[in-house]
Amino acid sequence: MSTSATAHHDAHHDEHHDTGRNTTLGFWIYLMTDCILFSCFFATYAVLFMNTAGGVSGKDIFDLDLIAGGTAALLLSSITFGFAMISAYKQNKGGVLFWLAVTFLFGATFIAIELYEFNHLIHAGHGPSASAFLTAFFSLVGLHGLHVTAGLLWITVMFIDVAKRGLPDRTVTRLGCLSLFWHFLDVIWICVFSFVYLMGAM
Amino acid sequence: MNLLGKLSWDAIPYDPIVLGTLAVVAVGGAALFVFMTLAKKWGWLWREWLTSVDHKRLGIMYIILAFVMLIRGFADAIMMRTQLAVATNGSEGYLPPHHYDQIFTAHGVIMIIFMAMPFMIGLMNIILPLQIGARDVAFPFLNNLSFWLAVSGALLVNISLGLGEFAMTGWVAYPPLSGLEFSPGVGVDYYIWALQISGIGTTLTGVNFLVTVLKMRAPGMKLMDMPIFTWTCTWANVLIVASFPILTAALAMLTLDRYLDFHFFTNDAGGNSMMYINLFWAWGHPEVYILVLPAFGIFSEIVSTFTGKRLFGYKSMVYASGAISILGFIVWLHHFFTMGSSASVNAFFGIMTMIIAIPTGVKLFNWLFTMYKGRIRLEVPMLWTIGFIILFSIGGMTGVLLAVPGADYVLHNSLFLIAHFHNTIIAGAVFGYLAGFTFWFPKAMGFHLDPKYGKISFWCWSVGFLLAFMPLYVLGFLGMTRRLNHTDNPDWNIWLYIAAVGAFVIAIGIAAQFVQLFLGFKNKDKNLDKTGDPWNGHTLEWSLASPPQFYNFAKIPHVEDIDAFTDMKEKGTAYQRHASYEPIHMPSNTNAGPIMGLLATALGFALIWHIWWLAGASFIGLIVAFICRAYASNTDYYVQPDEVARIENEHLDNVAKG
Repeated sequence: MSTSATAHHDAHHDEHHDTGRNTTLGFWIYLMTDCILFSCFFATYAVLFMNTAGGVSGKDIFDLDLIAGGTAALLLSSITFGFAMISAYKQNKGGVLFWLAVTFLFGATFIAIELYEFNHLIHAGHGPSASAFLTAFFSLVGLHGLHVTAGLLWITVMFIDVAKRGLPDRTVTRLGCLSLFWHFLDVIWICVFSFVYLMGAM
Repeated sequence: MNLLGKLSWDAIPYDPIVLGTLAVVAVGGAALFVFMTLAKKWGWLWREWLTSVDHKRLGIMYIILAFVMLIRGFADAIMMRTQLAVATNGSEGYLPPHHYDQIFTAHGVIMIIFMAMPFMIGLMNIILPLQIGARDVAFPFLNNLSFWLAVSGALLVNISLGLGEFAMTGWVAYPPLSGLEFSPGVGVDYYIWALQISGIGTTLTGVNFLVTVLKMRAPGMKLMDMPIFTWTCTWANVLIVASFPILTAALAMLTLDRYLDFHFFTNDAGGNSMMYINLFWAWGHPEVYILVLPAFGIFSEIVSTFTGKRLFGYKSMVYASGAISILGFIVWLHHFFTMGSSASVNAFFGIMTMIIAIPTGVKLFNWLFTMYKGRIRLEVPMLWTIGFIILFSIGGMTGVLLAVPGADYVLHNSLFLIAHFHNTIIAGAVFGYLAGFTFWFPKAMGFHLDPKYGKISFWCWSVGFLLAFMPLYVLGFLGMTRRLNHTDNPDWNIWLYIAAVGAFVIAIGIAAQFVQLFLGFKNKDKNLDKTGDPWNGHTLEWSLASPPQFYNFAKIPHVEDIDAFTDMKEKGTAYQRHASYEPIHMPSNTNAGPIMGLLATALGFALIWHIWWLAGASFIGLIVAFICRAYASNTDYYVQPDEVARIENEHLDNVAKG
């Protein structure tokens, strides 16, 4: 989707550096490296999730209602980011700012719920040091949470950028990359939710 | 709370060898500092080189880094060989185990990560954009940043020499040995952060060069028209992008185990140390192909250039490289057949490993058929190539032998294995880089290396290699395992002595490398390459001046053949004078790269020594620096047509005279 946004920018093909098309492709490839990073943590979780060392397992600690709330917030934030991108293509600065802010709130809600869950588990004595299962669980979910946090920081930077300078080509390209990043984190979360929480709670 | 974390005066090792080395480094560093200050070269160094986003200059700096680290890594090697030659018949030798263990760990890490990788990436940086007719890489700033992250990792390894210790775990750092329980010191932390920081730089390099190859080829150059070196580098970049994140993950998990009491790989609480070993080799095996594939590309370029023929089987070469890349990902378990997987699992990985010999064999035959009936010029690069073909074949065959799980149970962790992988990495990758170094040196620097000492270097390396490593095959069969500090088996002694002699012969080979470099500089004026095409080359880099114009191509060439430059020379379209030129858009140099590299070093150092305030400050600094760079203005400029015309005409006049 973001490629179409930058197509007109590259219509006059030249050897310019860091054109939108290059940036978008480069970002895609970076996302694939990130995908491999996540798959390592997924694989490790698969190896370790039964190693509870006599402690709790997923069934004992997962609160699906809570996670459903966080999941809903994150999925909705993907839709709202989509609205932000539509506004960006229409060069609608106000729309972009509004939808970025909404996305930020949903993302922050997700992080808040995650932090609450982590805090709750650690205080109940189920911190990451308790067993290999909890180590793998905290790391996989936490890695995703760190990415979302980085995404929130990026949204903030882009919000200021758009507010100050509007929507030149470079900014739209960067919003496109951020959009890829954000949707990618949604896909990862769907996997986390399915494999870790749903299968763990069964 | 201590502001310096775990750091104290006790961190300085009071060992005569270490202190002697530090003294030499200090004197050398001081001499360099005085020289640079007297010559008033600091500003020049910073503006023209350290902050440069020019892929050619970054490539040269990568290779300088590789040579510096080669000296360090080789010093480790020769210490190990002499230790093992003297520590026999009840003698303890001169290296106590805790020092010896650091040396073999540092040797492995340095040679793979900080010698071979920078050498390969350096050659790729200089040549790849030229071969595809591009003016730079896709992301020039990122390229500079990657270099500084590599330097940052190398710095941390070198700091460990004088402050604290390095890991004593072997270069693979297997837990639980590398866990906090058995390695409580800072050694493993140095290892972790040096690899983590430079590994992230390598991942960025992979992304950068993939986009460069996919998006910035000259018009007319289809993927199957790319020069073979570009192709093998591209496969290596695919492997980098697919495998380095696995290293990042494995190191991150080990970090969490060591810093936050997690239980990924610990013996207690359900941890599984074999998971680390799987992850490590899921990166580590592709890594050796990352090293060797570009070397194969270099040999292909050299064979076709110095036989004056088109490369035999270009397409099969491309597909063979692809097959090696894909197979390289499904063989990692052969590094630990002894883990105790079922017979069918071991059989699968054993067979996959043997199959790799097929595409590699295809390549060997392609080189031989290229030479067949060719008019071979035995210049230094060609010598390396022929040496490689002979010696590497031995390493390939012992590899197939090790791929048999039953045989591996006998030879696992023996010196046979050490001989095998040095056989493939030295006679494969290192010979390739040294060949490429001689081949492309005139292109990068504008003058030739001294050929006499180049030949001496080749012969010393080859003979020294045979003397140093063939005995190790024998010792493996005699039952000697790796990482021994001293031995007391009289049957082994003679082979250990021969191996030590071999190491000293290689030392002469390395010295000859530096002599050819020194003589090259000294007799620079006599050995100038004025035409830019000293070997009658086939590909686009030879169409430029030596060293190339900083913008590479005044007009982007139109490519119609795999051997694009040969094609132009035959059609008479090479060296065209143009009446007018367009302004050329170029990226400006940036100090963001070195600053971020410095911050990354500080971050790594702070994490190693638990200096939390510095870790926090440098981490925030990194983020701020990155955002500032993202919004910097003045990141590019235009070269004006009259300047382009002046530079181009100067080159074309030189060609006409030559």
